[in-house]
Amino acid sequence: MSARRGPSLYLARQSYRRRRLIDAARLLPFLGAVLLLLPLLWTPEDTPESATARQALYVFAVWLGLVVAALLLARRLPRGEDGRTDEAG
Amino acid sequence: MVPFNVLVLACLAYVAFLFLVAFAVERAAAQGRARWLRAPLVYTLSLSVYCTAWTFYGAVGYAARSGLEFATIYLGPTLIFVGWWWILRKLVRIGRAQRVTSIADLISARYGKSNMLGVIVTILALCATTPYIALQLQSIALSFGVFTAGTPAGWTVPDADTTALWVAVGLALFTILFGTRHLDANEQHPGVVTAIAVEAVVKLVALLAVGVFVVWAVAGGPGDIIARIEAAPRPEWAIEPGRWAGLTFLAAVAIICLPRMFQVTVVENVDERHLATASWAFPLYLFLMSLFVMPIAVVGLEVMPEGSNPDLFVLTLPLAFDQGALAMLAFLGGFSAATSMVIIAAIALATMLSNHIVMPLWLALARRRGGGSGDMRHVVLRARRLSIIVMIVLGYIYYSFTGGTAALAAIGLIAFVGVAQFLPALIGGIFWRAATRVGAAAGLGLGFAIWLYALFLPSFGAGVMIPDAVMTQGPFGIGWLRPQALFGVEGMDPLLHALFWSLVFNTSAFLIGSLVSFPTPVERVQGAQFVNVFDMSGGTQGWGRSVGEAEDLLVTAQRVLGAEAAQSFFQQAAADQGKDGFLPDTTPDFIERLERRLAGSVGAATAHAMVAQIVGSSVVTTEDLMAVADETAQIMEYSSQLEAKSEELARTARQLREVNHKLTELSEQKDAFLSQISHELRTPMTSIRAFSEILRDAGGLPAEDQHKYATIIHDETIRLTRLLDDLLDLSVLESGRVRLQAEEDNLSRLIERALGAANSTAPERDFVIHRDPPEEDIALHTDSGRLTQVFINIIANARKYCDAAEPELWIKPRVRDGRVEVDFVDNGTGIPQKQESLIFEKFSRLTDQARAGGAGLGLAICREIMLNLGGDIAYLPGQGGAAFRVSFPREMPAQTPDSDDVEAQEATGAVSAS
Repeated sequence: MSARRGPSLYLARQSYRRRRLIDAARLLPFLGAVLLLLPLLWTPEDTPESATARQALYVFAVWLGLVVAALLLARRLPRGEDGRTDEAG
Repeated sequence: MVPFNVLVLACLAYVAFLFLVAFAVERAAAQGRARWLRAPLVYTLSLSVYCTAWTFYGAVGYAARSGLEFATIYLGPTLIFVGWWWILRKLVRIGRAQRVTSIADLISARYGKSNMLGVIVTILALCATTPYIALQLQSIALSFGVFTAGTPAGWTVPDADTTALWVAVGLALFTILFGTRHLDANEQHPGVVTAIAVEAVVKLVALLAVGVFVVWAVAGGPGDIIARIEAAPRPEWAIEPGRWAGLTFLAAVAIICLPRMFQVTVVENVDERHLATASWAFPLYLFLMSLFVMPIAVVGLEVMPEGSNPDLFVLTLPLAFDQGALAMLAFLGGFSAATSMVIIAAIALATMLSNHIVMPLWLALARRRGGGSGDMRHVVLRARRLSIIVMIVLGYIYYSFTGGTAALAAIGLIAFVGVAQFLPALIGGIFWRAATRVGAAAGLGLGFAIWLYALFLPSFGAGVMIPDAVMTQGPFGIGWLRPQALFGVEGMDPLLHALFWSLVFNTSAFLIGSLVSFPTPVERVQGAQFVNVFDMSGGTQGWGRSVGEAEDLLVTAQRVLGAEAAQSFFQQAAADQGKDGFLPDTTPDFIERLERRLAGSVGAATAHAMVAQIVGSSVVTTEDLMAVADETAQIMEYSSQLEAKSEELARTARQLREVNHKLTELSEQKDAFLSQISHELRTPMTSIRAFSEILRDAGGLPAEDQHKYATIIHDETIRLTRLLDDLLDLSVLESGRVRLQAEEDNLSRLIERALGAANSTAPERDFVIHRDPPEEDIALHTDSGRLTQVFINIIANARKYCDAAEPELWIKPRVRDGRVEVDFVDNGTGIPQKQESLIFEKFSRLTDQARAGGAGLGLAICREIMLNLGGDIAYLPGQGGAAFRVSFPREMPAQTPDSDDVEAQEATGAVSAS
């Protein structure tokens, strides 16, 4: 091993990063589900009538956020996946 | 106002355009030229078939009635696609690896290729899809009605029906034309998929156009819309938690389980990497489609008169503001939405119907009729076309039966709950190896039944399918089984109630069924293949490796067919494709022909396995391997049979050689015998001839000379006669054709007779005979004549050859072990040891023949006689003189007629004598 300063070499950064990206991809839907179910917790607080606009804006904002997150992940994830990227995670 | 004619014209032009697109793409795909088909964009757009006329029209109506809840229908799929790494990726990989052709095919294949499951899934899908098709037809009819009535809000019913009919016919035509052109091994329809993608663009553009118009032209921008929403409170727009969560979940399930979604997501997928793009692009599409739904609904509710159908705001709003072109665009958008759904759903269901119901039935009938399967492709294609027609006809019937129901949304969601029943079997199948057919069938059946009972049948209206009494009080008065309040759960929204109970029972039955039942071997293997699909060889490619594949195929073909035949085949194929001088493209047609050609040499299963390994991104399936193993086993059996046969042949050849050897020996023996006989016969004949010549020629012979010579001649003839008699006797004895006659007699009498007869031999010698009369008293049951002959011979030999001065002969009989033994011992010099074995041979004489006066056959004849009597004669050495022992059983053994084998006679004698 070369005598380099900085982060230790036992961690192969590139593949580690890739595996964490896969983990992120796995977790994203759950995050989305949690965020999208939040409106359920709001209704008791506000008067139902005026909540619609706010809820609509919130929902659509989360929606767009999910789309963008998925876009970012999909571009970084390995192309032509084979089984090995799975198992190593 | 848009004139009806213009509308129809626009419609027809649009449809013609779609036909053109589909046709062009099909042609390009068949020639392998459609590289742009592999763009992820087409795949993503084709997924938009999820957004049917329900989205286009019904979503606005839904929003107008229930506020934000409409978004759940699109949020569910968003979550599933964003989380593609979990489920969709595995489904697509399995679909490509196993060459799955439909959701029924996947479930059936996973659980051991069970056709029963395929049938259940097909029927369930049919029940769920038919209302949905009716829904599309209704939307189109309604949208036409908006334009024909002259006023935005009304329609005339007869027109609606005929319109729907014409549309149905047109859809059937399109689907048959492009869905059943030929049988693609992958069940992919690039032409249709591209047409759907075009329609997706039209849909999006239309809805966005109307949305933009409403938000910026009618209202004052987004802020104004928000103000309007907040201004007029609508309590019915409040989010119900149960429905919000439940419907999101339901829509998420539906995007996986809907047959049409499975078709475009899994079956029509050409490259797995497209899924990564679709994971964000499709949610984006859904986002854009949903963005303006609420604004349109809000503005519509404010602007349009009371009682106007909110479902049609997308059309009626532009018309209300005299935006004819926009309205027509919107109409085309809705038209696209409806037609794309019907086409894909019809293809998906026709595949399922023909693969799992029609073809098995047809094959069973054909087998019973005893006919061969012939060219199946025509039958399959015909079955597909028929299924498509049946599907659309059913949809039309449902539409006319229930036509005019107010809320389109209801039907759609009911269909969603129906297909949701596939979920446990599907997801369990791809993640849990222990899921079995029994569990899947139990779950599907139970879920189906509950869906029918609690949701589908009641949806026809009160009292139509399920009597009112049952609805309110339960069947047979059992309150706990009320269709919409099962097990005492009252007050739950009927949709959610049915969803909950059907999935609970479905999943429970699936789990319990899988836990208690055993899978079949095929199920086990399929389970491993499906669940561990990512461990299998990866590298699933699209079509892109044409040249490499063709080369590999050529190498393989050369190995099987030989270089010349393979090359000429490939050259011919390339010429047919118009690619003279190059390698042919690996089109499905070419691959099929190649497989068939190879199958002629190595068997169908092996050929398929070889080709699939090179061309397909598929793993060779279990069944292929089992078929290959069968073929190999057959070949091995055949070659072992051949080996056995050739061993037999070698053995037979050996036996023939041995027999030939023996026959050669025997013929040599016969030759020796014949030469000896002729020698023996010639000697007396020479004397006879000589002396008769003298008698004839010599003139005056003295009388005593004449007498002497005549005596000599006479003696010689007697000798000859005796020799011939002996020969005949011996031959008869040896061939076993002698007829012995057993009679009761006594040994003493035999010996008396023998002594009396033998006295005529050498009568001048005075023999002293020592006998033992008491011992001689033995009762016998044998051929006494022959036995006496033996005794005579021995005694005569003694008289002839015993050279003692005072010759004596002892006769000593005894009984030992049930056999009688008689010893004849004289006091001469006996027989020298060297010649002991020769004396029983034919023609052997130990002394000068003339003096002995015999032919040398005597002892040979004795031996043959004794063998025939079941006994033996032997020489006893060391007795002081010549000693012969004659032994024989008291009872002569039964004669076996026709037996030439002396050994066989001895054997039977040994067995029966005791």
